[in-house]
Amino acid sequence: MDALVNKRIKQVLKGDQNAFSDVVTLYQHKLYQICFRMLGNKQEAEDIAQEAFVRAYINLHSYDQKRKFSTWLYRIATNLCIDRIRKKKPDFYLDAEVAGTDGLDMYSHIAATDQLPEDAVEQMELQDRIQYEISRLPDKYRSVIVLKYIEELPLQEISEILDMPLGTVKTRIHRGREALRKQLNNL
Amino acid sequence: MSTCPQNIVDYMHEYLDGDISRDHEQQLKKHLQACSDCQQHMHQLSDTIAFVKSAAHITAPPNFEEQVMKRLPKAKQRLGVQKWLRRHPIIVAAAVFLFFMSATLLSNYPNDEFSVTKQPNLVVDGQTVIVPEGEVVKGDIVVKNGDIVIEGEVDGNVTVINGQYMASTAVVTGQIEEIDETFEWLWYEMKEMANDFMSLFE
Repeated sequence: MDALVNKRIKQVLKGDQNAFSDVVTLYQHKLYQICFRMLGNKQEAEDIAQEAFVRAYINLHSYDQKRKFSTWLYRIATNLCIDRIRKKKPDFYLDAEVAGTDGLDMYSHIAATDQLPEDAVEQMELQDRIQYEISRLPDKYRSVIVLKYIEELPLQEISEILDMPLGTVKTRIHRGREALRKQLNNL
Repeated sequence: MSTCPQNIVDYMHEYLDGDISRDHEQQLKKHLQACSDCQQHMHQLSDTIAFVKSAAHITAPPNFEEQVMKRLPKAKQRLGVQKWLRRHPIIVAAAVFLFFMSATLLSNYPNDEFSVTKQPNLVVDGQTVIVPEGEVVKGDIVVKNGDIVIEGEVDGNVTVINGQYMASTAVVTGQIEEIDETFEWLWYEMKEMANDFMSLFE
Protein backbone atom coordinates (compact mmCIF):
# COMPACT_ATOMS: atom_id res chain seq x y z
CA MET A 1 0.00 0.00 0.00
CA ASP A 2 2.84 2.36 0.85
CA ALA A 3 4.35 1.84 -2.59
CA LEU A 4 1.07 2.75 -4.27
CA VAL A 5 0.62 5.79 -2.06
CA ASN A 6 4.13 7.05 -2.78
CA LYS A 7 3.56 6.59 -6.50
CA ARG A 8 0.33 8.59 -6.36
CA ILE A 9 1.99 11.29 -4.27
CA LYS A 10 4.73 11.68 -6.87
CA GLN A 11 2.06 12.04 -9.57
CA VAL A 12 0.27 14.70 -7.55
CA LEU A 13 3.51 16.57 -7.00
CA LYS A 14 4.06 16.58 -10.77
CA GLY A 15 0.71 18.36 -11.17
CA ASP A 16 -1.73 15.48 -11.64
CA GLN A 17 -4.50 16.49 -9.27
CA ASN A 18 -6.65 13.45 -10.07
CA ALA A 19 -4.04 11.09 -8.66
CA PHE A 20 -4.96 12.44 -5.26
CA SER A 21 -8.40 10.80 -5.39
CA ASP A 22 -6.79 7.37 -4.86
CA VAL A 23 -5.05 8.68 -1.77
CA VAL A 24 -8.39 9.92 -0.45
CA THR A 25 -10.08 6.60 -1.23
CA LEU A 26 -7.41 4.66 0.66
CA TYR A 27 -7.50 6.70 3.85
CA GLN A 28 -10.97 8.22 3.95
CA HIS A 29 -12.55 5.75 6.39
CA LYS A 30 -9.71 5.74 8.91
CA LEU A 31 -9.40 9.50 8.84
CA TYR A 32 -13.14 10.05 9.11
CA GLN A 33 -13.30 7.59 12.00
CA ILE A 34 -10.60 9.44 13.96
CA CYS A 35 -12.40 12.73 13.41
CA PHE A 36 -15.77 11.31 14.35
CA ARG A 37 -14.48 9.73 17.54
CA MET A 38 -12.65 12.91 18.48
CA LEU A 39 -15.53 15.28 17.70
CA GLY A 40 -18.55 13.06 18.23
CA ASN A 41 -20.48 14.76 15.44
CA LYS A 42 -20.98 13.58 11.88
CA GLN A 43 -21.08 16.97 10.19
CA GLU A 44 -18.05 18.25 11.97
CA ALA A 45 -16.19 14.99 11.42
CA GLU A 46 -16.90 15.16 7.69
CA ASP A 47 -15.87 18.79 7.49
CA ILE A 48 -12.64 18.33 9.43
CA ALA A 49 -11.70 15.10 7.64
CA GLN A 50 -12.17 16.84 4.26
CA GLU A 51 -10.18 19.80 5.48
CA ALA A 52 -7.38 17.45 6.57
CA PHE A 53 -7.17 15.99 3.05
CA VAL A 54 -7.19 19.45 1.50
CA ARG A 55 -4.37 20.58 3.79
CA ALA A 56 -2.44 17.41 3.01
CA TYR A 57 -2.82 18.18 -0.70
CA ILE A 58 -1.68 21.79 -0.32
CA ASN A 59 1.31 20.87 1.86
CA LEU A 60 2.21 17.68 0.06
CA HIS A 61 5.60 19.11 -0.96
CA SER A 62 6.56 19.24 2.72
CA TYR A 63 5.80 15.55 3.31
CA ASP A 64 8.96 13.45 3.75
CA GLN A 65 8.41 10.37 1.59
CA LYS A 66 10.79 8.27 3.67
CA ARG A 67 8.29 8.35 6.52
CA LYS A 68 4.88 6.81 6.78
CA PHE A 69 2.20 8.79 4.97
CA SER A 70 -0.58 7.77 7.33
CA THR A 71 1.34 9.16 10.32
CA TRP A 72 1.69 12.52 8.58
CA LEU A 73 -1.97 12.54 7.50
CA TYR A 74 -3.30 11.55 10.94
CA ARG A 75 -1.21 14.27 12.48
CA ILE A 76 -2.88 16.92 10.32
CA ALA A 77 -6.30 15.51 11.22
CA THR A 78 -5.73 15.26 14.98
CA ASN A 79 -4.36 18.79 15.09
CA LEU A 80 -7.44 20.08 13.27
CA CYS A 81 -9.72 18.13 15.62
CA ILE A 82 -8.00 19.47 18.73
CA ASP A 83 -8.25 23.01 17.37
CA ARG A 84 -11.93 22.50 16.67
CA ILE A 85 -12.62 21.09 20.13
CA ARG A 86 -10.93 24.08 21.75
CA LYS A 87 -12.79 26.59 19.62
CA LYS A 88 -16.12 24.83 19.93
CA LYS A 89 -18.91 26.85 21.37
CA PRO A 90 -21.45 25.12 23.61
CA ASP A 91 -24.32 25.72 21.21
CA PHE A 92 -22.46 24.77 18.05
CA TYR A 93 -24.80 23.04 15.56
CA LEU A 94 -27.11 22.14 18.44
CA ASP A 95 -30.34 22.19 16.50
CA ALA A 96 -28.85 21.11 13.20
CA GLU A 97 -28.82 17.37 13.71
CA VAL A 98 -31.20 16.54 16.52
CA ALA A 99 -33.45 14.76 14.08
CA GLY A 100 -30.34 12.86 12.94
CA THR A 101 -30.29 9.42 11.48
CA ASP A 102 -29.18 7.33 14.38
CA GLY A 103 -29.27 9.40 17.52
CA LEU A 104 -25.50 9.52 17.90
CA ASP A 105 -25.46 13.20 17.24
CA MET A 106 -27.92 14.34 19.81
CA TYR A 107 -26.08 12.67 22.66
CA SER A 108 -22.70 13.79 21.55
CA HIS A 109 -23.81 17.42 21.34
CA ILE A 110 -24.90 17.38 24.90
CA ALA A 111 -21.87 15.37 25.92
CA ALA A 112 -19.59 18.19 25.00
CA THR A 113 -21.16 20.43 27.59
CA ASP A 114 -23.30 18.61 30.10
CA GLN A 115 -23.44 15.31 31.85
CA LEU A 116 -26.57 13.34 31.20
CA PRO A 117 -28.69 12.03 34.05
CA GLU A 118 -27.83 8.46 35.05
CA ASP A 119 -31.01 6.82 33.83
CA ALA A 120 -30.64 8.45 30.42
CA VAL A 121 -27.12 7.05 30.12
CA GLU A 122 -28.26 3.59 31.19
CA GLN A 123 -30.89 3.53 28.47
CA MET A 124 -28.43 4.35 25.71
CA GLU A 125 -27.55 1.85 23.05
CA LEU A 126 -24.03 0.45 23.46
CA GLN A 127 -22.60 2.37 20.49
CA ASP A 128 -24.04 5.67 21.65
CA ARG A 129 -22.76 4.99 25.12
CA ILE A 130 -19.23 4.35 23.88
CA GLN A 131 -19.18 7.62 21.95
CA TYR A 132 -20.68 9.45 24.92
CA GLU A 133 -17.97 8.18 27.26
CA ILE A 134 -15.19 9.03 24.80
CA SER A 135 -16.60 12.55 24.39
CA ARG A 136 -16.52 13.08 28.13
CA LEU A 137 -12.77 12.51 28.24
CA PRO A 138 -10.55 15.61 28.33
CA ASP A 139 -9.20 16.10 24.80
CA LYS A 140 -5.61 15.24 25.67
CA TYR A 141 -6.70 11.80 26.84
CA ARG A 142 -9.31 11.45 24.14
CA SER A 143 -6.81 11.64 21.28
CA VAL A 144 -4.50 8.93 22.69
CA ILE A 145 -7.41 6.62 23.61
CA VAL A 146 -8.92 6.97 20.12
CA LEU A 147 -5.60 6.30 18.39
CA LYS A 148 -4.73 3.40 20.67
CA TYR A 149 -8.04 1.57 21.02
CA ILE A 150 -10.12 2.62 18.03
CA GLU A 151 -7.41 2.87 15.39
CA GLU A 152 -5.26 0.30 17.23
CA LEU A 153 -2.01 2.05 16.42
CA PRO A 154 1.29 1.19 18.12
CA LEU A 155 2.44 3.59 20.86
CA GLN A 156 5.49 4.65 18.83
CA GLU A 157 3.26 5.78 15.96
CA ILE A 158 0.94 7.63 18.32
CA SER A 159 3.94 9.48 19.70
CA GLU A 160 4.89 10.55 16.15
CA ILE A 161 1.35 11.56 15.24
CA LEU A 162 0.89 13.69 18.33
CA ASP A 163 4.49 14.89 18.28
CA MET A 164 5.15 14.05 21.91
CA PRO A 165 7.60 11.74 23.67
CA LEU A 166 6.68 8.09 24.10
CA GLY A 167 6.67 8.55 27.89
CA THR A 168 4.04 11.28 27.64
CA VAL A 169 1.87 9.10 25.41
CA LYS A 170 2.05 6.28 27.95
CA THR A 171 1.20 8.57 30.85
CA ARG A 172 -1.79 9.92 28.95
CA ILE A 173 -3.02 6.47 28.05
CA HIS A 174 -2.75 5.40 31.68
CA ARG A 175 -4.65 8.46 32.85
CA GLY A 176 -7.17 8.11 30.06
CA ARG A 177 -7.85 4.50 31.05
CA GLU A 178 -8.26 5.50 34.68
CA ALA A 179 -10.60 8.35 33.73
CA LEU A 180 -12.73 6.01 31.62
CA ARG A 181 -12.76 3.42 34.37
CA LYS A 182 -14.08 5.97 36.83
CA GLN A 183 -16.70 7.22 34.36
CA LEU A 184 -17.96 3.71 33.76
CA ASN A 185 -18.02 2.64 37.39
CA ASN A 186 -19.49 5.74 38.97
CA LEU A 187 -22.95 4.82 37.79
CA MET B 1 -6.37 -0.40 48.52
CA SER B 2 -4.84 2.43 50.51
CA THR B 3 -2.41 -0.06 52.02
CA CYS B 4 -1.33 -1.33 48.60
CA PRO B 5 2.02 -0.23 47.17
CA GLN B 6 1.66 2.78 44.88
CA ASN B 7 3.43 1.11 42.00
CA ILE B 8 0.90 -1.75 41.67
CA VAL B 9 -1.41 0.47 39.60
CA ASP B 10 1.59 1.47 37.45
CA TYR B 11 2.34 -2.22 36.91
CA MET B 12 -1.26 -2.76 35.83
CA HIS B 13 -0.82 -0.14 33.12
CA GLU B 14 2.53 -1.55 32.09
CA TYR B 15 0.80 -4.91 31.81
CA LEU B 16 -2.01 -3.41 29.71
CA ASP B 17 0.52 -1.69 27.45
CA GLY B 18 2.24 -5.03 26.99
CA ASP B 19 5.63 -3.80 28.07
CA ILE B 20 5.84 -5.08 31.64
CA SER B 21 9.08 -6.67 32.83
CA ARG B 22 9.08 -10.22 34.15
CA ASP B 23 9.94 -8.96 37.61
CA HIS B 24 7.07 -6.48 37.71
CA GLU B 25 4.66 -9.04 36.33
CA GLN B 26 5.54 -11.48 39.12
CA GLN B 27 5.00 -8.80 41.74
CA LEU B 28 1.68 -7.79 40.20
CA LYS B 29 0.37 -11.39 40.05
CA LYS B 30 1.40 -12.05 43.61
CA HIS B 31 -0.31 -8.91 44.82
CA LEU B 32 -3.52 -9.47 42.87
CA GLN B 33 -3.90 -12.93 44.36
CA ALA B 34 -3.78 -11.40 47.82
CA CYS B 35 -5.74 -8.16 47.30
CA SER B 36 -9.33 -8.21 46.10
CA ASP B 37 -9.51 -4.40 45.74
CA CYS B 38 -6.64 -4.37 43.27
CA GLN B 39 -8.13 -7.37 41.53
CA GLN B 40 -11.31 -5.39 41.03
CA HIS B 41 -9.34 -2.38 39.80
CA MET B 42 -7.56 -4.59 37.27
CA HIS B 43 -10.86 -6.07 36.10
CA GLN B 44 -12.40 -2.65 35.68
CA LEU B 45 -9.48 -1.52 33.56
CA SER B 46 -9.70 -4.59 31.32
CA ASP B 47 -13.45 -4.07 31.01
CA THR B 48 -12.90 -0.42 30.12
CA ILE B 49 -10.58 -1.42 27.30
CA ALA B 50 -12.96 -4.07 26.05
CA PHE B 51 -15.76 -1.49 26.17
CA VAL B 52 -13.88 1.06 24.05
CA LYS B 53 -12.67 -1.61 21.65
CA SER B 54 -16.23 -2.73 21.02
CA ALA B 55 -16.86 0.55 19.22
CA ALA B 56 -18.19 -0.13 15.75
CA HIS B 57 -16.11 0.78 12.73
CA ILE B 58 -17.25 4.03 11.28
CA THR B 59 -17.05 4.64 7.55
CA ALA B 60 -16.95 7.92 5.70
CA PRO B 61 -20.13 9.03 3.88
CA PRO B 62 -20.47 7.68 0.30
CA ASN B 63 -19.60 10.87 -1.59
CA PHE B 64 -16.71 11.80 0.68
CA GLU B 65 -13.94 11.45 -1.90
CA GLU B 66 -15.88 13.51 -4.45
CA GLN B 67 -16.38 16.27 -1.88
CA VAL B 68 -12.67 16.38 -1.08
CA MET B 69 -11.74 16.61 -4.76
CA LYS B 70 -14.17 19.51 -5.14
CA ARG B 71 -12.56 21.35 -2.27
CA LEU B 72 -9.02 21.09 -3.64
CA PRO B 73 -7.66 24.41 -4.84
CA LYS B 74 -7.52 24.83 -8.60
CA ALA B 75 -3.76 25.07 -8.58
CA LYS B 76 -3.12 24.14 -12.22
CA GLN B 77 -4.20 27.34 -13.93
CA ARG B 78 -2.47 29.63 -11.50
CA LEU B 79 0.68 27.57 -11.84
CA GLY B 80 0.38 27.79 -15.64
CA VAL B 81 0.43 31.59 -15.62
CA GLN B 82 3.30 31.69 -13.17
CA LYS B 83 5.29 29.22 -15.22
CA TRP B 84 4.70 31.21 -18.38
CA LEU B 85 5.83 34.43 -16.68
CA ARG B 86 8.93 32.72 -15.38
CA ARG B 87 9.79 31.28 -18.75
CA HIS B 88 9.51 34.57 -20.65
CA PRO B 89 11.22 37.21 -18.53
CA ILE B 90 12.05 39.38 -21.54
CA ILE B 91 8.46 39.67 -22.68
CA VAL B 92 7.45 40.57 -19.14
CA ALA B 93 10.18 43.19 -18.93
CA ALA B 94 9.18 44.64 -22.31
CA ALA B 95 5.53 44.81 -21.29
CA VAL B 96 6.38 46.59 -18.06
CA PHE B 97 8.66 49.00 -19.94
CA LEU B 98 6.02 49.78 -22.57
CA PHE B 99 3.43 50.36 -19.91
CA PHE B 100 5.45 53.03 -18.14
CA MET B 101 6.73 54.43 -21.41
CA SER B 102 3.25 54.98 -22.79
CA ALA B 103 2.15 56.51 -19.52
CA THR B 104 4.83 59.20 -19.76
CA LEU B 105 4.22 59.82 -23.44
CA LEU B 106 0.49 60.18 -23.06
CA SER B 107 0.87 62.49 -20.11
CA ASN B 108 2.88 64.75 -22.44
CA TYR B 109 0.18 64.64 -25.10
CA PRO B 110 -0.82 68.18 -25.93
CA ASN B 111 -3.85 69.53 -24.20
CA ASP B 112 -5.90 72.25 -25.79
CA GLU B 113 -3.77 75.12 -24.58
CA PHE B 114 -1.94 77.25 -27.06
CA SER B 115 1.78 77.51 -26.53
CA VAL B 116 4.83 78.53 -28.47
CA THR B 117 8.57 78.42 -27.95
CA LYS B 118 9.78 81.79 -26.72
CA GLN B 119 11.95 83.50 -29.27
CA PRO B 120 12.75 87.26 -29.16
CA ASN B 121 11.29 88.45 -32.46
CA LEU B 122 8.10 86.40 -32.80
CA VAL B 123 4.73 88.10 -33.10
CA VAL B 124 1.76 86.34 -31.58
CA ASP B 125 -1.66 87.27 -32.93
CA GLY B 126 -4.39 85.31 -31.17
CA GLN B 127 -3.58 81.70 -31.97
CA THR B 128 -1.32 82.51 -34.85
CA VAL B 129 2.40 82.91 -34.57
CA ILE B 130 4.00 85.18 -37.11
CA VAL B 131 7.62 85.40 -38.08
CA PRO B 132 7.62 88.95 -39.52
CA GLU B 133 9.19 89.81 -42.85
CA GLY B 134 12.86 90.71 -42.65
CA GLU B 135 13.30 89.09 -39.22
CA VAL B 136 15.59 86.12 -38.60
CA VAL B 137 14.67 83.74 -35.79
CA LYS B 138 17.64 81.80 -34.52
CA GLY B 139 16.63 78.51 -32.94
CA ASP B 140 13.80 75.96 -33.12
CA ILE B 141 10.13 76.87 -32.93
CA VAL B 142 7.46 74.58 -31.55
CA VAL B 143 3.82 75.71 -31.79
CA LYS B 144 1.10 73.76 -29.98
CA ASN B 145 -2.59 74.23 -30.82
CA GLY B 146 -1.91 77.16 -33.09
CA ASP B 147 -0.84 78.09 -36.61
CA ILE B 148 2.38 79.58 -37.77
CA VAL B 149 2.93 82.02 -40.58
CA ILE B 150 6.48 82.49 -41.66
CA GLU B 151 7.25 85.60 -43.66
CA GLY B 152 10.83 86.02 -42.52
CA GLU B 153 13.59 83.51 -41.90
CA VAL B 154 13.96 80.70 -39.37
CA ASP B 155 17.38 79.33 -38.61
CA GLY B 156 16.23 76.04 -37.07
CA ASN B 157 13.43 73.47 -37.04
CA VAL B 158 9.75 74.33 -37.10
CA THR B 159 7.23 71.99 -35.51
CA VAL B 160 3.48 72.56 -35.51
CA ILE B 161 1.28 70.39 -33.31
CA ASN B 162 -2.46 70.49 -33.97
CA GLY B 163 -2.11 73.44 -36.24
CA GLN B 164 -1.16 74.55 -39.70
CA TYR B 165 2.04 75.70 -41.20
CA MET B 166 1.58 78.53 -43.70
CA ALA B 167 4.46 79.92 -45.61
CA SER B 168 4.92 81.62 -48.91
CA THR B 169 8.37 83.03 -49.23
CA ALA B 170 9.71 81.50 -46.08
CA VAL B 171 13.27 80.47 -45.53
CA VAL B 172 13.59 77.67 -42.99
CA THR B 173 17.00 76.13 -42.61
CA GLY B 174 15.82 73.19 -40.48
CA GLN B 175 12.99 70.73 -40.87
CA ILE B 176 9.31 71.51 -40.93
CA GLU B 177 6.85 69.15 -39.28
CA GLU B 178 3.12 69.14 -38.82
CA ILE B 179 1.64 66.81 -36.23
CA ASP B 180 -2.07 66.11 -35.82
CA GLU B 181 -2.66 62.57 -34.73
CA THR B 182 -1.90 60.79 -31.50
CA PHE B 183 0.25 58.27 -33.24
CA GLU B 184 2.32 60.89 -34.92
CA TRP B 185 2.63 62.65 -31.62
CA LEU B 186 3.99 59.49 -30.00
CA TRP B 187 6.39 59.03 -32.84
CA TYR B 188 7.56 62.60 -32.48
CA GLU B 189 8.07 62.24 -28.73
CA MET B 190 10.03 59.07 -29.19
CA LYS B 191 12.25 60.70 -31.79
CA GLU B 192 12.78 63.61 -29.44
CA MET B 193 13.79 61.27 -26.68
CA ALA B 194 16.16 59.46 -28.97
CA ASN B 195 17.66 62.77 -30.10
CA ASP B 196 18.09 63.93 -26.51
CA PHE B 197 19.68 60.65 -25.74
CA MET B 198 22.07 60.85 -28.70
CA SER B 199 22.99 64.42 -27.86
CA LEU B 200 24.32 63.19 -24.54
CA PHE B 201 27.14 61.57 -26.44
CA GLU B 202 27.95 64.48 -28.64
